[in-house]
Amino acid sequence: MTLIRDSWTIFSRAMRLSMRQPVWVVFGLLQPLLYLVLFGPLLKGIASSNASFGGDAWKVFVPGLLVQLGMFGASFVGFGLISEWRSGVIERMRVTPASRASLLIGRVARDVLVLLVQGSILVVTALAMGLRAPWWALGVGIGTVALLGACFSSLSYAVALKVKSEDALAPLLNGIILPVALLSGIFLPMTLAPLWLQRVSDANPLKHIIDGVRAMFRGDIGSSTSLWGIALTLVLVVGGLLVGTRVFQRESA
Amino acid sequence: MTAILETRGLAKTYKIRARGKDAPKTVDAVKGVDLTVQAGEIVGFLGPNGAGKTTTLRMITTLLDPTDGTATVAGHDLRADPVGVRRSIGYVAQMGTTDPAAIVGEELIDHARLYGIDPAVAGARGKALLSDLDLEGVWTRKCGSLSGGQRRRLDIAMGLIHEPKLVFLDEPSTGLDPQSRANLWHHIARLRDDYGTTVFITTHYMDEADALCDRILIIDHGEIVAEGTPEELKRRVGGDQVVLTVAPEDAERTVGAAAALVADSQPEINAGEVHLISADGGKALPSLLAGLAKAGIDVQGVAVRRPTLDDVFLTLTGRSLRDGD
Repeated sequence: MTLIRDSWTIFSRAMRLSMRQPVWVVFGLLQPLLYLVLFGPLLKGIASSNASFGGDAWKVFVPGLLVQLGMFGASFVGFGLISEWRSGVIERMRVTPASRASLLIGRVARDVLVLLVQGSILVVTALAMGLRAPWWALGVGIGTVALLGACFSSLSYAVALKVKSEDALAPLLNGIILPVALLSGIFLPMTLAPLWLQRVSDANPLKHIIDGVRAMFRGDIGSSTSLWGIALTLVLVVGGLLVGTRVFQRESA
Repeated sequence: MTAILETRGLAKTYKIRARGKDAPKTVDAVKGVDLTVQAGEIVGFLGPNGAGKTTTLRMITTLLDPTDGTATVAGHDLRADPVGVRRSIGYVAQMGTTDPAAIVGEELIDHARLYGIDPAVAGARGKALLSDLDLEGVWTRKCGSLSGGQRRRLDIAMGLIHEPKLVFLDEPSTGLDPQSRANLWHHIARLRDDYGTTVFITTHYMDEADALCDRILIIDHGEIVAEGTPEELKRRVGGDQVVLTVAPEDAERTVGAAAALVADSQPEINAGEVHLISADGGKALPSLLAGLAKAGIDVQGVAVRRPTLDDVFLTLTGRSLRDGD
């Protein structure tokens, strides 16, 4: 089975191309960094007077930013695939005997690596701005970014391969990502919301994932919140990759 | 001799969403194509835009699932062993195959790795191919920095890196300037001559099919409407058209003289000129002009028109190419 060898080829090619055009890597990191540096200090002001923050703005804010990075950073990689489709690269690869799943996996692996780097930079900056959390929690946070990234990147490539058009992909992504983000408590904990909104957000796995990372940043390693967060992350990754590989294997023309 | 490519009843039907109760629900892009290609020949798939050339090609190269029919490509069954098919063929798409930001050498080696070829071997082979295709010194350049003709030859090098016995070229010279086209044809002919590669090209240019192909398959509306060598097809149209410009009073005499000089030429007066048909206008011309001069006819102008795809089409389908669009 050539899956591993082909995935490595695709991954190394994608990495090389990304490193030559780091503008996208920098761009992807810019959004959460700007929020961290320009919005974070405002939260500090609110946090001290509001019980929902548990007294520490950073422990609430940074997990949200990490999930935002994993979600937004990864969701837009589909545009890169469409661009590769237009230049004929995807067709050329599909005509080779390479495993079609490898065309997805190699690219997702590149996205995950980029997210790990971006996540680490975000965490280091947060530490400089005043975040204090157990080191293992920081590791889990970065790992969550990477895994979520694998899920969203895989789904983004799957949709991109099916629609093959930027005009179709953009509204689809924006229409889904934004409500999901708002209903997950990225910037402010959902406990601040009225009850009806909290109930709606309970259906969103990302809310529970963020709550899980927040719990770990507080030091609760074994609480049900933390464990639920990890479990849901794993479910999303497996689900995303399964959908992605199926689309890449089945899609004809 | 076993054929290197054989298809039977290959078809592709698309479902479409159309308004209206009686509107068609499906469109038959390809309606049952039977073709056979022998090893070592250059075969052309000739037809207007929308005829189904690229669709047929993409089915044969496993990029598109056929809705019906079977095919055996380089010894592998298309449906049962698509990976085997992919290993044995090269395919050069019309829209290009390289990332503009990638480096030529790296794209070639990465592509070869997908065939399981060792990078060092791929590097050596890639450099030899580029040199063969007049692409010296581009190994470290970005693909996007190459000219149109260079990029097309690079695409061909990519399609050949794994030394396939059968190569498919989709509209290889579309969009190239005349010099690049002629240069490209030279390289394609060499593939057959020097390496024994079987080449299957699709094109909508009659001159390209004429210059390159051992055999031509004409496709229209998803079906093969004719097949044969370029000479055979042109003979079916009647051959080349010779147009003589003479003084109006000489026209009748010219018709008579030409009929005697060139067998089966059916000369006639058309809009003040004398038109006649010849299997090879260039060969018939010298004796025709000499004969007319001996008969005392002053020929003021002469033109030899080779049959175009439009002529072939008109003869075979009763329609002009332009009507078909």
